[in-house]
Amino acid sequence: MVDFGGWDMPVQYPAGTIEEHLRTRKHAGLFDVSHMGEVDVRGSDAIAFVNRITSNDVSKLVDGQAQYSALTTPQGTVVDDLVICRFAADHLLLVVNASTTDKDWQWITSNLAGESVELKNVSADYCQLALQGPDAQMILQKLTDLPLAEIKYYHFSRGRVDGVDAIVSRTGYTGEDGFEVYAASERAEQLWNKILEAGDTGSPTGVLPCGLAARNTLRLEAGMALYGNDIDETTTLLEANLGWICKLDKGEFNGRDALAQQKQEGVKRKLVGFEITERGIARDHQDVIVNGERVGHVTSGSPAPFLKKNIGLAYVPIEHAKVGQEIRIDVRGKLVGAQIVKTPFYKRAK
Amino acid sequence: MANVPEDLHYSKDHEWVRVDGEVAVIGITDYAQNSLGDVVYVELPKAGDEFAANESFGSVESVKAVSEVFTPIAGVVAQINESLADEPETVNSDPYGKGWMIQLKMSNAGEVDSLLTAAEYEDFTKAETE
Repeated sequence: MVDFGGWDMPVQYPAGTIEEHLRTRKHAGLFDVSHMGEVDVRGSDAIAFVNRITSNDVSKLVDGQAQYSALTTPQGTVVDDLVICRFAADHLLLVVNASTTDKDWQWITSNLAGESVELKNVSADYCQLALQGPDAQMILQKLTDLPLAEIKYYHFSRGRVDGVDAIVSRTGYTGEDGFEVYAASERAEQLWNKILEAGDTGSPTGVLPCGLAARNTLRLEAGMALYGNDIDETTTLLEANLGWICKLDKGEFNGRDALAQQKQEGVKRKLVGFEITERGIARDHQDVIVNGERVGHVTSGSPAPFLKKNIGLAYVPIEHAKVGQEIRIDVRGKLVGAQIVKTPFYKRAK
Repeated sequence: MANVPEDLHYSKDHEWVRVDGEVAVIGITDYAQNSLGDVVYVELPKAGDEFAANESFGSVESVKAVSEVFTPIAGVVAQINESLADEPETVNSDPYGKGWMIQLKMSNAGEVDSLLTAAEYEDFTKAETE
């Protein structure tokens, strides 16, 4: 067990990280992600307010739809990445990272400029369980009358799971199909046990509980950013390959002008994916060497259990950021060869 | 409960030593491999490398972390376990057998006597988990 953003969480369960990772890709994995934070936004200015402080276009959402976005600074760098759920035109739920919940709450409230909105930090009220993998729908369907097949990707529905009021969202952080279930925090244990039971956890093809290590290897294979590693208040959305959640045409938002200028001038560095081509494993913070010179650093480095490679993400100067570029990583004093590759490293079969 | 074979010597860094004539075979204990989780990479020295007691001779990597491994006694590397390059998980499945890491020609045969016995190591690990 380790301290993760102030929460006591398991790195792995008895099956081990590799088995948890593979089982999630082949069948199903269950993640207790109750550490995530939630901010409730209500009022007639809900959409206008949230649209002003985030980079993606909230006004495009319909009821029951969610979007991945970022809270940005005036420089276009990242305060946090988040998922925004639209319940109604006057009701949004922001789902933020555990390690940044308090910072985000301060940031969001201090950005109010007289809008007609009511903000509430409801993080303590919610638990969240993520059931991910090709068998996720089949398993969860045993516990709910919600027609899960009809919930599209990045959409959600309210209903009952094992008799408990819940929000069921077709979202996740693994690159697999799956659901994130939000319910009252005191129901966490009940839902956890019921999902493991419904997913036949004792069977070699059943659902496995998964810890932080597998959560990290799964999201990294899927090319998904981790706040604090790949994105932070020193990285712009464009440098981080998140131009796709950056809707410069939607109107004014924090950092819009800075991002528009950077788009025009071109970024000077970029977050790229790489694969180790020699023996060794790249780790966070290690230097990237090109032509004998230290030019960048690894933001996330790890083995990739499904791909059976060692991979990572790193910031490199734009002139070295092309797919195919050979780089070296300084792995504790030893220079290990790697190559820049396209991300995501893994994409599930449709 | 972790396995602690009677006939081995142990260190507080969770390495074991088996003496075979002039040679000491060294690896990490069952307790260590269990704490580490799935071993995905093992970095070993070369034959001929010399190490002092308690010097790091390489590292063991799990998915999440890198851990150095230390030789409890001084010596010169006679052989390394090449199979760990392709099958690092052997350290998990057979830490005292096929998961051995290096064989040292001991600089000082009496040095093993200052290491922990199986019983002492077992007490040590129990205290660590409390």
